Amino acid sequence: MISVQNASFNYPDGPQVLHGVNLEINDGEFVAIMGENGAGKTTLVKMFNGLLKPTKGLVEIDGVKTKEKSVAQMSREVGLIFQNPDNQLFAETVAQELGFSLRNFGFAEDIIQQRVNSFLHLLDLKQYAASSPFVLSGGERKRVALAAILVWDPKHVIMDEPTIGQDYLQKERLRNFITQLVSQGKAVVIVTHDVEFVAECKPRVVLLSHGTIIGDGPATRILTDPTLVEEASLTMPQIATLMNGLTSDNASQEIIEVYAARDYLLEKLRANATPEQRIRRVS
Amino acid sequence: MEKATFSIEKGKFVLLTGPSGCGKTTLCRCLNGLIPNFYSGELTGELEIDGVNVEGKSTAELATHVGFVFQNPENQLFSLSVERDVGFGLENLGVPREEAIERVQWAMRATGVFELRDRAPHELSGGQQQRAAIAGILAMRPNILVLDEPTSFLDPKSAEEIVSVIAKLGHDLGLTIILVEHRLDIVSRYADRVIVMDGGKIQLDGPPREVYNDQARLIGIGLPRVTMLAHLLRKDGFNLFNPVTVEEASSELRRLLNT
Repeated sequence: MISVQNASFNYPDGPQVLHGVNLEINDGEFVAIMGENGAGKTTLVKMFNGLLKPTKGLVEIDGVKTKEKSVAQMSREVGLIFQNPDNQLFAETVAQELGFSLRNFGFAEDIIQQRVNSFLHLLDLKQYAASSPFVLSGGERKRVALAAILVWDPKHVIMDEPTIGQDYLQKERLRNFITQLVSQGKAVVIVTHDVEFVAECKPRVVLLSHGTIIGDGPATRILTDPTLVEEASLTMPQIATLMNGLTSDNASQEIIEVYAARDYLLEKLRANATPEQRIRRVS
Repeated sequence: MEKATFSIEKGKFVLLTGPSGCGKTTLCRCLNGLIPNFYSGELTGELEIDGVNVEGKSTAELATHVGFVFQNPENQLFSLSVERDVGFGLENLGVPREEAIERVQWAMRATGVFELRDRAPHELSGGQQQRAAIAGILAMRPNILVLDEPTSFLDPKSAEEIVSVIAKLGHDLGLTIILVEHRLDIVSRYADRVIVMDGGKIQLDGPPREVYNDQARLIGIGLPRVTMLAHLLRKDGFNLFNPVTVEEASSELRRLLNT
């Protein structure tokens, strides 16, 4: 469990970035942290692996205070994938990049090979095993950075803006992948601006604005609350905007993605549409 | 990239999209001379921009025809004030001081960063930074703006704002806009034309309503959610055309629902 208790943070001689944040994230829970540029999202998640320590308050991972451990010890428990993969990548080949931490942790060479291969496969990177990470596209480098952390099987996984540079199919793959991690009992936390991705995943959403949590609840509720959405510089998912303008029916007000919208509309349409509005089916 | 043939008329807003690795960044780099001047590789065929054959032209020369805006504004801004940053490209081109000052002020007004001119770029929000980066490019008076995923680092509200600033520049100044984007939900309403690339080739090319068809979905571009919804409802036997915006979807559905 990730537990943040009344945590504040300010950079030395800098403004206060977080103000008394309280947050508990359980094992096997999927949370999206959202909010405007500069809201403090990245600062908050950097406290989860001890990279930053709260200037006031407390962060505990599975009951261990991050203040009492080194970043190296904490990172084994909490894998943090940075927004910019170039802050993380340095090895000559993708395969070496994936093997680096495992060698550092002293795993046996055959286990290293096995794990590296399986993660190259899982993240669709097999064809790049011998390539330099720096010749890959931005989206591909992001997947290398993700694989390089997941390969050591951290207990919890934090991803900062994982969907930037990813196309639609890769986002779908990422979504399935996150579901797998969650089902393994890991807490998975993403920091993201990608409203449509969140609408499709429907995680718990924590809204941060000016260093304070202003909303915390299911995506269906948070992303359809016009006041919260406005305050956090978000936009409503396109489907929520559509449904909002289309009906005032309560049942439709928490619909945020296409499949739920389709189910709702089919029911209404079947009751309403005239025969000429139907497409004549040719078998 | 393989056998790409297309021409874009002046003043059009063109959306370039496709799965990652499809060749869209390569295509953009050809448009401003980074290919073949900076990247090694083999370039065959012909490329004419603003009536100028790109071959043998320096990137500096092409910069006055084609302005390039990158994903992350932080990579494009480095001066101590917005005003100096916006003027940096002009200084490099050797534009006389008087004229440079005038153009910088004009570009800052056009992008709405004039009030921020004395601020340090790193103190600005992501959206403001991206507007400052666009101002710096605009000051060079290109006829064509190429923007490579300019919204991906921005929060949704700033992203919408940037896209509308870009569309307004295109409209007011008659600029040709080539916008590379995955976020079709927010950009489709402005596009005259969408080019979809896959596997290094241009696969689809036309107005968004026509391009957002089953083939586009199979290529794996993320259609606007309202367009996806229409695809699903058509599959279930309801006759509605392809909406590209929430407003269009809403009026189509109202028609079907008789409300």
